[in-house]
Amino acid sequence: MKLKGLFSAVIAIATGLVMLVGYFVELPILVNLRITILNWVIILAAVALFLGLFNLLAVHTKKIRSKEKGGIYSLILIFSLLITLIIGLWLRPDHALMALIFKTIQLPVETSLMAMLAVTLTYASIRLLRRRNNLISVIFLVTALLILLGTVPLPFVGHVPILGDLIRPFIAQVLAAAGARGILIGVALGSLTTGLRVLFGADRPYGSDPSRGEK
Amino acid sequence: MNWVGLAGFGLVILSAILMAGLVFLRRKSTPAFREIPAFARLRKAIGLAVEEGSRLHISLGRGGLTTPQSAAELAGLEMLRRLSELTAASDRPPVATSGDGAVTILSQDTLLSSGQAALSTGYGATAARLTGLTPFSYAAGALPVMHDENPSANVLMGNFGVEVALLTDAAERGNTSTLAGSDNLPAQAILYASVQDPLIGEELYAAGTYLKARPFHSASLTVQDILRWLIVIGILVGALLKLAGVL
Repeated sequence: MKLKGLFSAVIAIATGLVMLVGYFVELPILVNLRITILNWVIILAAVALFLGLFNLLAVHTKKIRSKEKGGIYSLILIFSLLITLIIGLWLRPDHALMALIFKTIQLPVETSLMAMLAVTLTYASIRLLRRRNNLISVIFLVTALLILLGTVPLPFVGHVPILGDLIRPFIAQVLAAAGARGILIGVALGSLTTGLRVLFGADRPYGSDPSRGEK
Repeated sequence: MNWVGLAGFGLVILSAILMAGLVFLRRKSTPAFREIPAFARLRKAIGLAVEEGSRLHISLGRGGLTTPQSAAELAGLEMLRRLSELTAASDRPPVATSGDGAVTILSQDTLLSSGQAALSTGYGATAARLTGLTPFSYAAGALPVMHDENPSANVLMGNFGVEVALLTDAAERGNTSTLAGSDNLPAQAILYASVQDPLIGEELYAAGTYLKARPFHSASLTVQDILRWLIVIGILVGALLKLAGVL
């Protein structure tokens, strides 16, 4: 194993252990060390964000240089990014102009995408039985319809009595909640073992591959 | 430390001991796990990508490493490493998109260290991309990658929310095979409706084992199974004690 990889692994494992033990055991030295590391993490995350922006610039500059299809959109993106960055640095993020940019550009675009999502999801539900024609898919669709009908008041009828008062709460608060908790327990166990693999140095998302030495 | 913290710490220590013990005991044998259709399809897609000389798109979602969703990002990065290694013979390296600066740097590092850079002349720093920092801007930035780069398969693994529907829809329109999993419950419901074989629950974290089992990956799945049984027993005993009026 290369020395750089070993060095990275030692730092990652030691830091992970300090954070883990410091979370559970309230020794003053561990708590202080944990707070210091957390402060470093915040600074590093900000630096990483800045590097990410350079990555975004590099990708779109390459698109423009190689005259790829849609290069004009890359040009607009770079222009918008630089203008927003300069205004933000100059006037500070809490300035009224920054709020205006957010409210008039970012918010409508994201809201439009959200609206598109409603169409996409309806289409996906319609296609579900074509994709997977089995009992579970039928149950999935019927449940979704019951929840929708129980939530939204119907024209001229209003809330459907039994559906809105009895069936929908039973599905949402008993059946769905129980299933969701089961899935969340699985996710939590998966997260725990994934974290432990990183602490053991078996997974190294920071470059060096532990299997290289084994080959 | 209160009793909840003590129980949590005990669970972590128990899991670590179990994992280390299982790795030590099973160094030469690989345990058999149930077949997950999504991974079988992915193996086919990898073979096809290598034969066709097309590329894979790995979407790591918009979660960060300093958030509670970091485990999903770590699982996605492990998947990226495996896929990068498995497609090393392909003419075109995989392209990875993410919605967090640190994850982008790590995915770049993963692609570089997995041997792809040395074998492929097509590798550049832009193979790992930050496409947006909010959920919808991330999805909006990843859509052109799915369209313009002509990937033969899309692997969506990490922290996604409801915006994942836009990505799966684009993949379907592009007629590409899709493997998708998220740690987010609404996203899992959407994936169930929009993807052929979605990864539900803890299946997201099993990718390492199913693509290329290493002792630690196999052991971590066995530890999950053991812990799940312990939790089931705990819930049943707790319910019985509650019914008996003891709790």
